[in-house]
Amino acid sequence: MKALLSLLAGLALPFLAQGQEAPDALVKTVTLEVVALIAKDKEIQAGNRAKLISLIDAKVLPHFNFQAMTQLAMGQSWNKAKPEQKKRLVAEFKTLLVRTYASALAAYSDEKFDFRPLRARPNDTDVTVQVRVLQTGAQPVPIDYSMEKTPAGWKVYDVMVGGVSLVANYRTEFNNVVRDSGVDGLIKSLDSKNRSLEAAGAAKK
Amino acid sequence: MRLLLSGILLCLAGCATTGDGDPRDPFEGWNRGVYKFNDKFDDYLARPVAETYEDWMPREVRSRVRNFFGNLADPFIGVNNLLQGKASEAFDDWTRFILNTTVGLVGIHDVATDFGLEKHNEDFGQTFGRWGAGTGPYLVLPIFGSSNLRDGVGLAVDMVTDPMGEIHPIDARNAAIATRAVQTRADLLGASRVLEQAALDRYVFQRDAYLQRRRSLVYDGRPPREKFE
Repeated sequence: MKALLSLLAGLALPFLAQGQEAPDALVKTVTLEVVALIAKDKEIQAGNRAKLISLIDAKVLPHFNFQAMTQLAMGQSWNKAKPEQKKRLVAEFKTLLVRTYASALAAYSDEKFDFRPLRARPNDTDVTVQVRVLQTGAQPVPIDYSMEKTPAGWKVYDVMVGGVSLVANYRTEFNNVVRDSGVDGLIKSLDSKNRSLEAAGAAKK
Repeated sequence: MRLLLSGILLCLAGCATTGDGDPRDPFEGWNRGVYKFNDKFDDYLARPVAETYEDWMPREVRSRVRNFFGNLADPFIGVNNLLQGKASEAFDDWTRFILNTTVGLVGIHDVATDFGLEKHNEDFGQTFGRWGAGTGPYLVLPIFGSSNLRDGVGLAVDMVTDPMGEIHPIDARNAAIATRAVQTRADLLGASRVLEQAALDRYVFQRDAYLQRRRSLVYDGRPPREKFE
């Protein structure tokens, strides 16, 4: 019994020691909280995208590492960017990802979620948290969060939906643009994409 | 339709094309042409019909329709699982079919899922992949959209073995196929809106997503990890 207890303590300690929530618990808490907030909010349900985005900004963003996501999406092109360009790239990519995430949430927030138990060793610093979206008459859609342990808690650096890595999926696009029109070209095309989405969102309201 | 498909596959051998040189997509020029055509088809017909269907049919009814067609697909999903050497999954698929056809009232209720028998996603393209066939070049098929040589051949076999083909008279068969197509497109409305938002170049984004998705499906969601360079 004592051995079991100390084993349990050993499993839990690395997470608790720094006051950090375990990664799977974190994903579950945040997902359920956001879905509950959406379910309560008539304006968001009626299609108020700006409000949904500010909800995501407040609740979800703190748990993402956008610098790592941008770096992974850029692949080799990342090293071609100057520090100032890197800052802009991260900011623009972040805006785009938040909008994408908002439209995905709007599409799937009615569904049921199945939070899978974490399969990781206690001292792992890089884990995959698995959630599945359940739909009747169809195979569940797996959502895998790749998460890395940082001093500021666990941070998401990639999301895989149905086996499609969001970060990897941007790589060809980004590299094409950088090859054709340089890093500044990529900043410009991300910026104009974000502007057109903002304009479309404003027009809808 | 089968004729159309084999015509496309033949044409590809001869069609000279241009592209930006992605080795997975040697027919990019031709593919982008078909993609544009599909886009128009979707803008003017498929998506509006699917949106109307989604607006007018209660969620509950759409679930029943999805269950019904999903159930008819389960026997051949089982065949594909068996061909891939996954006998216990195949057994689950056939048990699902028997349960849902009887207790689930000709498949409109997915009771098997409630009993813990999860639905699988298999087709002949995945089976060929499991057997070791490479994807071949990426292809955009008219109406069907993203595919590749392997999955295109797989799709042809899927169509030959489609239980819809057994329905007589022809009018009823066509109505069933059309309904299934509308349901399928309606189920993709959310995903296509996300794509619209996310992509800088929708063609590239969709192609890469398709290739990643199929790779994941061939390995049943557990593909060997690709290294980020």
